[in-house]
Amino acid sequence: MADAAVLDALMLARVQFAANITFHILFPTISIALGWVLFFFKIRYHLTAAEHWLRAYRFWLKIFALTFALGVVSGITMSFQFGTNWPGYMNTVGNIAGPLLAYEVMTAFFLEATFLGIMLFGRGRVSERMHTVACFLVAFGTTISAFWILVLNSWMQTPAGFEMIDGKAHVTSWLEVLFNPSLPYRLSHMLLASGLTVSFVITGVSAFRWLRGDRTRDVEVALRTGIFVAAALIPVQILVGDMHGLNTLHHQPAKISAIEGVWHREAGAPLLLFALPNETTKSNDYAIGVPKVASLILTHTLDGELAGLDEFPHGHAPVAPVFWSFRVMVGMGFLMLAASWLSAFLLLRNGRLPRLLLRGLVAMTFAGWIATVAGWYVTEMGRQPWLVTGVLLTKDAASAVPAQAIFGSLTMYLLLYAALLLSYVSVVFYLAQKAPHSTHHDEDRLPGAGDKS
Amino acid sequence: MILPWIPDHALPLIFAGLMGLALLLYGLLDGLDLGVGVLMRRADSDDKDMMIASIGPFWDANETWLVLGIGLLLVAFPVAHGIILGALYVPVAVLLAGLILRGVAFDFRVKAKADHKPLWNAVFYLGSLLASLAQGYMLGYYLTDFAPTWTAHLFAAFIGLCFVAGYALLGAGWLIMKTEGFLQQRAVRWARGALWLTAAGIAAISLATPIVSARMAERWFSLPNLYFLLPVPVLTTALVLLLDRVLAGMLGEEEVRWSWVPFAGTVLLFVLASGGLAYSLFPYLLIDRMTFWEAASAPEALRVVLAGAMVVLPVILIYTAYSYRVFWGKAEPLTYR
Repeated sequence: MADAAVLDALMLARVQFAANITFHILFPTISIALGWVLFFFKIRYHLTAAEHWLRAYRFWLKIFALTFALGVVSGITMSFQFGTNWPGYMNTVGNIAGPLLAYEVMTAFFLEATFLGIMLFGRGRVSERMHTVACFLVAFGTTISAFWILVLNSWMQTPAGFEMIDGKAHVTSWLEVLFNPSLPYRLSHMLLASGLTVSFVITGVSAFRWLRGDRTRDVEVALRTGIFVAAALIPVQILVGDMHGLNTLHHQPAKISAIEGVWHREAGAPLLLFALPNETTKSNDYAIGVPKVASLILTHTLDGELAGLDEFPHGHAPVAPVFWSFRVMVGMGFLMLAASWLSAFLLLRNGRLPRLLLRGLVAMTFAGWIATVAGWYVTEMGRQPWLVTGVLLTKDAASAVPAQAIFGSLTMYLLLYAALLLSYVSVVFYLAQKAPHSTHHDEDRLPGAGDKS
Repeated sequence: MILPWIPDHALPLIFAGLMGLALLLYGLLDGLDLGVGVLMRRADSDDKDMMIASIGPFWDANETWLVLGIGLLLVAFPVAHGIILGALYVPVAVLLAGLILRGVAFDFRVKAKADHKPLWNAVFYLGSLLASLAQGYMLGYYLTDFAPTWTAHLFAAFIGLCFVAGYALLGAGWLIMKTEGFLQQRAVRWARGALWLTAAGIAAISLATPIVSARMAERWFSLPNLYFLLPVPVLTTALVLLLDRVLAGMLGEEEVRWSWVPFAGTVLLFVLASGGLAYSLFPYLLIDRMTFWEAASAPEALRVVLAGAMVVLPVILIYTAYSYRVFWGKAEPLTYR
């Protein structure tokens, strides 16, 4: 009975944290790369003095501001929940997590938040050069922020550079903590995910404007930027993803076994395209797979052995969600490959895109979000039952906050997040819809006068 | 070892100081824009835009001080972070909901459909109100050492109201400084209204702390401490009376001179009150239960953070000052350019 109550509170704490972090990651995923795109637009404007680069900058600046605000407010929630939901986490690895989080706040948060004010409202009050520097610092700040968070997350996946004394982690080498084995792969994978998410958002919204008859030059350059950036990044992402997978096989074989649905040790494991992993029978129902390909991808030999889920003494991750999240991520990746390469090819050959493809691109506006969230589920659920691999079990880090309190706040957060997500998506398209009117409006004004709406 | 000239036992004290400073700066900086949010409900439609314009470039960075303050609590005193935020679970949830609502309303109000603007204005007001109430409630309940009694909750709720008034005073002082004409005159009236409830809150906390803790009573009222400390309540009282007179003098003036005085006076008032509170609490992080030293993390982790803080915090203060200087003077309508 007592155990059941603890388990419920644990499950609720996990669901609540997962809900918050899922909601949060949507916005940094956009603001990291969009910051650099805005910097690019601004630089292009400087170099060419062509008005359409400035108009593209100004349109995407609005979306950036909105995205940034949602990222900030949902991020604040996280800083509180580390302590409230996972006190055991800080008690055990606080000597590592604490400094990393502190460095994120000190080196990134203030930088991006302060210069965002100048970036948004300071043009005309500071020199044009200083304003561009502000754009750079905002983009730089978001990227630094991603670096610290991914260091911490990667360290939780593949801890290094520490020793345990009386149940607490103490650092032996900060260099090893920072550049722990999975960091290079995870950081590249996430930054590329951000780049892809943003290029599809830009492509989708620009295609939407184009379809609605907004044939201005700024829509065209944004559309081209989105498509070519996506087409260039997606093969790199697939390659990095593969390297990341090999790194995971080396350091966290249990996660790979869950991804591939390998219940018992297997040589020449098939690549499963479809299956319903069954936790009770410890096997896959209705499995359809390509023989030996999983072994080939992961071990580079047809008969390479993959460890079975039954070999890990502390248990393993819930298989079905990890298995399916992985397939959603990879499926999205290949869909993005097809869409961006087809679009790039047609653009290069014909200089324009057919309506049907444009509609498809509109539908894929937030494709990057789906792939990113699915990818995070793979990596975070795949780490279970560990919170810090081999160091701390998730159940040992949970708090004693009563289940009712968590349930109440969880309901509140879920309602709030659903409403905000709906508002965000509809406002992005609303801004796209009214953009031509406001740009026209701008040109009637004196130079330097902005759009108030 | 990093920073070898700093002895281990000084580290918890240094971090308590840094945390206190971050939270004070948060209270002053985000306090002014929370205050402007709380006052929004009373303003005309056009004035609302101007009020938002006065805080637009700053609110985001202002809120970051809360992340730093809570972050330092988490990093330097993880055990206390768990206990304090665990005990304050519900008001923390309300605070976060409030901050989320106002943060997004700030952007949505000008980007969503024009006829949704009043709705987002209301959300901005509501979010600011909830966040202010929750912060006061958290301080009040913390000062009763989380006593599970009705009096403790009532006291906390009262401090919540006083925080709303205190932030409104700060926000009104900001508006007096940053605006002109009709809105400025209204801000003078708002400030006068908020002043007395703010003063009542400071008085309530001053009276409650010696009741909760005999140690605090001893610290204030024993001799010769009393002689050294007497200037604090005397100055506070004088400052409240002075602010009232200054505000009364501004009423009806065509062109308000010394328009920065109410804001500066309020800042001074808050600094005095925080100083008094810090003196009462020292050296306890949990009232009479756990000192800074007992709650602190391992010294090597603190050294790593401190080394960074010594380099980065001055830089942050410099560019924060730069940002305020860029937007110096009376507020202008907000535009993305």
